[in-house]
Amino acid sequence: MIEAKSGLNSEERRVLLRDMVRVRRFEDRCFELYTTGDIRGFLHLYVGEEAVAAGVIPMLRPEDAVVSTYREHGHALVRGVPMDAVMAEMFGRRTGCSGGRGGSMHLFDGERRFYGGNAIVGGGLPVAVGLALADAMRGRRQVTACFFGDGAFAEGVFHECANLATLWRLPVLFACENNLYAMGTALARSHSNTDLALRASSYGMPAWPVDGMDVFAVRDAAARAVEVVRAGGGPCFLELRTYRYRAHSMYDPDLYRDKGEIKRWKERDPIEALADRMRATGDLAAGDLEALEREVDQEVDRAVAVAGSAPLEPVENLTRFVHSERRSTPDPEQRPVPESVRPSESGQPSESGQRRAPESEPAQS
Amino acid sequence: MGLVKLTYREAMRAAIRDALRRDDRVFLMGEDVGRYGGCFAVSLGLLEEFGPERIRDAPLSEGAFVGAGIGAAMNGMRPIVEIMTVNFSLLALDQIVNNAATLLHMSGGQFNVPVVIRMTTGAGRQLAAQHSHSLEGWYAHIPGLRILTPATVEDARGMLWTALCDPDPVLVFEHGSLYNAAAQIDENAGPVDIDRALVRRPGRDVTVATYGGMLPRCLEAAEDLARDGVDAEVIDLRTLRPLDDAMILDSVRHTHRLVVVDEGWRSGSVSAEISTRVVEQAFYDLDAPIERVCTAEVPLPYARHLEEAALPGPVAIAAAARRTVGDGR
Repeated sequence: MIEAKSGLNSEERRVLLRDMVRVRRFEDRCFELYTTGDIRGFLHLYVGEEAVAAGVIPMLRPEDAVVSTYREHGHALVRGVPMDAVMAEMFGRRTGCSGGRGGSMHLFDGERRFYGGNAIVGGGLPVAVGLALADAMRGRRQVTACFFGDGAFAEGVFHECANLATLWRLPVLFACENNLYAMGTALARSHSNTDLALRASSYGMPAWPVDGMDVFAVRDAAARAVEVVRAGGGPCFLELRTYRYRAHSMYDPDLYRDKGEIKRWKERDPIEALADRMRATGDLAAGDLEALEREVDQEVDRAVAVAGSAPLEPVENLTRFVHSERRSTPDPEQRPVPESVRPSESGQPSESGQRRAPESEPAQS
Repeated sequence: MGLVKLTYREAMRAAIRDALRRDDRVFLMGEDVGRYGGCFAVSLGLLEEFGPERIRDAPLSEGAFVGAGIGAAMNGMRPIVEIMTVNFSLLALDQIVNNAATLLHMSGGQFNVPVVIRMTTGAGRQLAAQHSHSLEGWYAHIPGLRILTPATVEDARGMLWTALCDPDPVLVFEHGSLYNAAAQIDENAGPVDIDRALVRRPGRDVTVATYGGMLPRCLEAAEDLARDGVDAEVIDLRTLRPLDDAMILDSVRHTHRLVVVDEGWRSGSVSAEISTRVVEQAFYDLDAPIERVCTAEVPLPYARHLEEAALPGPVAIAAAARRTVGDGR
C-alpha cells in the first residue's frame, strides 16, 4: 500500500473535502428522488467510494480523458460536469449532459473529455486504450484514466486491454475500484486470486494497491501513477480498495452481505476520516463541515429545481444522433495517386489463386 | 486516363494505401495485417511502405483492438480495423453493438465514432462452420451502424474512401470468394456512393435482388434465364443498412416479380426484411409470390458437395426466377 503523505495545504484539503461532500450529498438526494419517482431506470450509487474520484480525477489535466462506468456520478461531478447537467440527465431532460438519452448510466461531456458512462462491465476499457492510442500516435502527452470495478477485472476484455496497453506502452491509468462486490458476488467468490494489483502487475505495468478510503493515499498514488503514464512509461494500474455502503442498484435487496460488514467499513468513512484529520490540524473548525454540507445542499437543491423544470427533448427528435446529421463527401479533387491502383508491388499474390491457402489462416480458438 | 485490370484484393489494398497516403489520421489495425501481409493478403506490402505504427499488428484480442479502434476514432484518428472473419467479430460484438453503434446517441450527439471495420464473410472455400458464415444481416439489424457489402472490384476500390469520410461507424463485409475476382477499372477510380443500390443487369421480367458474394451467381443465373427468354434485372444492394428500398421498389414496379438471394439463413435474414418491405409497400404491384433463395438452415459443412448444396447457386436462383414468371415462359 502507498503510504499517505500529507503535503497538502489547508485549501487543498478543503477542496478534497468539498469534492467528496458534493458527491455524497448529490447521491443521497438521488436516492430520495428515486423513491419519489423523479429518477427512474437503474441507479448505482457511489456512497462510500468518494475518496477514489476525489483523489484520482484532480490529478488529471483538462486535456486528459476520463472513461467511466455505470457508477459514475462521482466521477462526472469531480471532473467538473456541472451538477445541473448531471441532475437534468437523471431527470431525462433535454438539458441533461447527454440530452436525456443516457440517464444515470451514460453521462457524457465532450468539453471535459468525459467519455461516459459505460454500462457494460469492462466495456469502457478498450475505448480508453483507443483514446490513449490516438494520443500516443499523435505525440500528445495526454493521459486517459479508465475507471472500472473488480467485476470488470474478471472479464476477458480487461486482460486483453492490460496486455495491449502494456505491449504498446499506451498512456492509460487503469483505476480499478475494488469495492469487494461484483453486483452481489463477493471478490473471494469470483476470483481465484483476490490480489488484483499483483495480477495486473504480471502484464509488466506498475500496479499498486491503495487504501481507497484514505483520500490522501489515493491522491498520492494517483499523482505518482499519472506521472509515470504521462512520461511515456506505458500504463499504470491502481487497485483502489474501497467499499460501497449502498446496494449495487436500487433494485438490489442487498441480501449477500451482513450489516456488520457495512458498519465496520463506515467506521473508516472517507469524509469523516478527512474531517477528523482536518480538525486535528486546525483546518476545520467546529461547525465548518456542517456549513459546507449546507452550502452543497443548496447547490443540490438548485440542481433539482432546475432539472425539474427543464424542458423535455421533443419526441420529434427521437431519432436524432443515431447517425450524424451531416456527412462529408469524398473530395473529388483528391484523386488517388495513379500508381496506387497498379498491381506493381513485388510479392504480389498470383492472380490464379489466393497466395495464402485458407488452411494457413491462423487458427483461433 | 486508362483502364487497369485489378483483382478485388488489389482494389481493396489500393483503397487502403490510398487512404493511408491521403490522410495521416488513417491507420490499419488487426490480426496479421502487418508482418504476415493480411490473412487474405489484402495488406501485403503495406507494412514496408507505411511502417508498424500505421500497419499495426494486434494480438488475438478482438474486443480490445476493435474497441481501441472505436476509442482512437473518438479521439481524432480514422482507424481501419480488420477482423479476420465475421465469425471472429462475435468476440468484438460488445464493442461494435454496445459502443460503436450507441455512443453518438447515448452522448446526445457529442461523440462521433468514425471507425471503419472490415472483415471477410461468406462461404464457398470449404472452411466449415466457424469460418464460413454470413452474419452481415445481424449487423444490419443495429441502428447506428452502416453496413457495406462490396460485390465488385470498383466498389472494393471506392467504398472505403467514402466510408472513411463518414463520421459514424461503417462495417465493410468483404466476401472471401471475391478476392480473386478481377475486372478492368479506371486507373483513377475514386470514391463511390454508399447510399444507393445499383442495377448490375437491367431486365424486364423479374427483379433479382442480392449483394456481396451472391452477385456473380445471380448474374450467371440471369444469363441462363436469358437463354430461355426470361429477362432478369439484377440489383446489387451494396449497403444493407440503410437499405435502399426505393430502388428495390422501383425495380419491382417495373418487373412485378421479385427473387431475393441472400447468403444468410432465411430465418430473420436480410431477405426477410426486403420481402416484407416490398409486401408492405408494393404488394399490388406483384404478379407472383416473392421467392427467396438463401443458405440452407445448417451450420456450413466442410465437404465440398455439402457446402455447395447448402449455398444459393445459379441453378436454384434461376429456378426461383422461373417460378415467378410461370412455367409457360
